Amino acid sequence: MGGGSSPCASCKLLRRRCTKDCVFAPYFPPDDPHKFAIVHKVFGASNISKMLQELPVHKRTDAVSSLVYEANSRMRDPVYGCVGAISYLQNQVAQLQMQLAVAQAEILCIQMQQEPPNLQPQLVEPTDENCLLFASNDLDYNLQQYLSFASSSSSSSVMQDSVKRESLCTVDPSGDQFVPKRSTTYMFGM
Amino acid sequence: MASTRCAACKYLRRRCPSDCIFSLYFPSNNPQRFAHVHKIFGASNIGKMLQDLPVHRRADAADSLYYEAHCRIKDPVYGCVGIINILLQEIYNVQCQIAKIQAEIAFLGTHAQSDQTQYQQLQIAPNLDPNFLSEQKGLSNSFDDSSTWFF
Repeated sequence: MGGGSSPCASCKLLRRRCTKDCVFAPYFPPDDPHKFAIVHKVFGASNISKMLQELPVHKRTDAVSSLVYEANSRMRDPVYGCVGAISYLQNQVAQLQMQLAVAQAEILCIQMQQEPPNLQPQLVEPTDENCLLFASNDLDYNLQQYLSFASSSSSSSVMQDSVKRESLCTVDPSGDQFVPKRSTTYMFGM
Repeated sequence: MASTRCAACKYLRRRCPSDCIFSLYFPSNNPQRFAHVHKIFGASNIGKMLQDLPVHRRADAADSLYYEAHCRIKDPVYGCVGIINILLQEIYNVQCQIAKIQAEIAFLGTHAQSDQTQYQQLQIAPNLDPNFLSEQKGLSNSFDDSSTWFF
C-alpha cells in the first residue's frame, strides 16, 4: 500500500512489501492479524492467493469468510474440522424428521377419529401433510446433487449413509466439539 | 523388486520412503484423493497436520481433509460452509413444520373437547331438541297455552 499506510496482515506475517494490488489486502486488514494467521496455518498463503485469484472480485469476501470459518474449525478440531459440524447437523435433521413423521401420524389419527361414524371408511388420500413425509427426502436429494462424488468412488454414499444411520456423533464432554462416532462403516465409506 | 509409490509421492515425483506419512492414507490407486487435498491445503500442510495427530486418528483426519477439499473444489466460494448453511436451513424448515402440526393438533384437541362438552349438554337437556319443540308447538296450538313453549 502506498502513501505510508500500513501493510496488510498477510504481508506483515510474510514480511514482504505490501503492494497496492496485493490480493490479500482488502480481506486481511492489519488490525486483525489472527485472521490471516489461521488461514495461513491451515491452507497456506500460496493456496489462498491462488483460490482468490480464480474467483471474481465480488465473490472473494464470502470466500475468505468461509475459509476463515473452515480454518477455525480445523484448529478447534484437528481431526474432523467443520466436517464434524456437518455430521452433527445431519444427525439433528434426521431426528427432527422423525419427530415430524410422528407428529404427522398423530394428526392423521386425530382427523380419522373425528370423522363422523356413519361415513364409510376411506383410504387416506394424499394431502399436503402426507406429502411432507415424502418431501423430507428432498434433503437427501439436494445433498446428493450438491455432493456428487465421482461415481467410481465409494464415498458418494457419505452424506446419504450418514443421514440414514442412527446417532452419528456425540458432543465432547467439554461441550465444544462435535465428535463423530467411529463405526465399522466409517462415515465416508472408505 | 518393484516398490509402489503412494499417490502423494507419485504426484510430487519423489521417492516414497518406507515411513512415508502419506502412504497409508493416499494409496496409489486413488490419485484424485491426494490431488484434491494438495490443491487446497498443500502437501506440506497435510503432512504437518497428520504428524501432529496420534496415529489412530490420522485416517479420519485424512478422510475429512479430502472431503473438505472436494467440497471446496466443487464450490470454490463456500466449500463445506455451503453445506452447513443448507443443513441449518433444513433444520429451520422442519422445525417450522413440526410447530405448525403441533399447533393443529392442539387446535383439534381443543375443538374436540368443545364438541364433547356440547354433546353432553344436549344429553342433559332433551327439551332443547328441535323436533320436541315443534311437537310442543303443535300441542300448544290446540290448547292455546303459551306456558308450554320452551326456549
